[in-house]
Amino acid sequence: MAKKIRILLAKPGLDGHDRGAKVLARCFRDAGFEVIYTGCHNTPEQIVNAAIQEDVDMVGLSCLSGAHTYLYPEVVQQLRDRGVTDIPVVGGGIIPDRDMQPLYDAGLKAIFTPGATLDSIVDWINNNIAAKE
Amino acid sequence: MLFTQELLDKSSLLRKKWEDEVKRVVAKNPDQKANWSTVSDLDIKRIYGPEDIAGMDFEKDIAYPGQYPFLRGVQATGYRGKYWTFRMFSGMGTAVTTNERWHYLLNNGQTGLSTAFDFPTLMGYDTDSPKAKGECGKCGVAIDTIEDFFDLTRGIPLGKVSTSMTINPPATILWAMYCATADIQGIPLTQLSGTIQNDMLKEFIAQKTLMCPPDPSVKLISDTIEFGTKYVPKWNTVSISGYHIREAGATAVQELAFTLRDGMEYVEDVIRRKGLPVDSFAPRLSFFFNSHIDFFEEIAKMRAARRIWAKGMRERYGSTDERSWWLRFHTQTAGCSLTAQQPYNNVVRTATEALAAVLGGTASLHTNSLDEVLCLPSDHAVQIALRTQQIIAEETGVVNTIDPLAGSYFVEALTNEMEEKAWEYIHKIDELGGMVAAIEKGFPQLEISDAAYKFQRQIDAGEKVMIGVNKYNVENEEVDIPLVEIDETVEKEQLERLAAVKRNRDSKRVKECLEDIKKACEKGENVMPYCIEAVKARASVQEICDVYREVYGEYRDPGIY
Repeated sequence: MAKKIRILLAKPGLDGHDRGAKVLARCFRDAGFEVIYTGCHNTPEQIVNAAIQEDVDMVGLSCLSGAHTYLYPEVVQQLRDRGVTDIPVVGGGIIPDRDMQPLYDAGLKAIFTPGATLDSIVDWINNNIAAKE
Repeated sequence: MLFTQELLDKSSLLRKKWEDEVKRVVAKNPDQKANWSTVSDLDIKRIYGPEDIAGMDFEKDIAYPGQYPFLRGVQATGYRGKYWTFRMFSGMGTAVTTNERWHYLLNNGQTGLSTAFDFPTLMGYDTDSPKAKGECGKCGVAIDTIEDFFDLTRGIPLGKVSTSMTINPPATILWAMYCATADIQGIPLTQLSGTIQNDMLKEFIAQKTLMCPPDPSVKLISDTIEFGTKYVPKWNTVSISGYHIREAGATAVQELAFTLRDGMEYVEDVIRRKGLPVDSFAPRLSFFFNSHIDFFEEIAKMRAARRIWAKGMRERYGSTDERSWWLRFHTQTAGCSLTAQQPYNNVVRTATEALAAVLGGTASLHTNSLDEVLCLPSDHAVQIALRTQQIIAEETGVVNTIDPLAGSYFVEALTNEMEEKAWEYIHKIDELGGMVAAIEKGFPQLEISDAAYKFQRQIDAGEKVMIGVNKYNVENEEVDIPLVEIDETVEKEQLERLAAVKRNRDSKRVKECLEDIKKACEKGENVMPYCIEAVKARASVQEICDVYREVYGEYRDPGIY
């Protein structure tokens, strides 16, 4: 049997709006991925530690407080600082258009905004993320 | 009995005829879809008639406004004496900026204030905490010490305007700042009116602004209820909130049931922990509901809420004071019903939801701005949202008569159904050992997760419609509305300000005050008087919360899904 894709879902910062993250956690589980959801209020450092310890294939970040401009690039940077280059980071939430390019420039692999269907997110993962051997 | 047997027999005959006619027409022209249900997935019949509410008793179940069971409203005069309070939730950047917005709103005819705090304040961290980095002023106003509070309330007559503060874990502290500010200005606490949200149970269930574990969190709330009962009698010390439960994906019935059961939990805790008689404090409990897009479901929910609370207070807790039976509530239109796509459509959604809230008998209302799905609202967007309320109040005529939908076969039947289903949940939670126990078992959290996931699947499948999201989409839409941005200078300014307060205060005095709070926590004393002294000495929000965290322990979101 092929190895399952392992995904860390995390909410960085102080934001507690976890509806999106939890809906995705269920969706990913139903889609056959292994999901680790760490709940609300994680620091970028805690997220990076969890990603490394759990040896995940992808990190998904959700933040609806407006602090994504600081928190998302910070997670990417701290992964790099720890020498991790094979765990792509994707983000979701209320991300205004003006913030999109800076986030991609900072190293995010994909950004999903309100209106993205669950299937479109699962498809993107299946097409872009491979389970580590 | 609402109807005579003769009328019911007649109705049954006519209904049969109508059903036959429907069958004939549908055989030729099928309905557009098979299932017709509310946004919460509650099935709705094609028609309702006398037989659907035949079991109701006029005196026991309906009656008049100001009469038990208060289905039609808690006070006799409806909106003729006074409209609901137009209360727009606002807060952004620094206290000075928010104060400007408050004056703008008051000058535009707003009648009460409502404060949005930024995340560090909400979670009990100061701007200089590493956890606060990047969040300062982003989705509300940053308050670190009472100096910020002075700026926030500058020029606002605290003895006259009622102020609501959406604050939960640090509610004792922000309320202490309010009381201390009034005290310094020579305004007696007995004159202050307003609300602190101060509802931690719904935080564990839904909103996740967390600090200490459930039991000590409820203890702090009981402290505020006791303090208010004794010294600030016009203050609503808790706003028992369904809003966030709904936004997290709950159905209307879940919102109704979990909110009222939360309220019952607070009542039980104050009776048990403080030994206060129910009627000494229950009249100051207030509620806060969501008004979602499903028009009649929301109206039925609000009407049912009043009847459930009245029955619960009288029958479960033996309350004898009518004022304890009154469910008074604030409403906010549903943020989660708005769309980032074609955002001007949000004005229409909000107007519909606001109308439902008014027909449901709300005492106060926040209408969301069209741009709130994208950012903090602009002045112009807020003005449209406020005008929406003013148009409903002063142009539409819906305020002329009280509870105009009473007696509608459909609305009464739906109200009954929601009440019945809510009681089932309430009894289930009783069986689990109460709301704190239910939360520890993850019960309400999982119920909400189920509902949220189901709804998202229905949206993706097109079974439920959100215009602009899964129907009538516009390709390559350019959103042409101005976005309010809180830039990084806000954080820098606030850091400097906090540093200056810390430099200039009597740090020995601050230490003593914090020590006093710690002792009060350890001894189980009421913390409020000590908090007032501490904030006067310029102790910060985080410094006091750190004491709570130290004594009571810190609660981490278990991430139940």
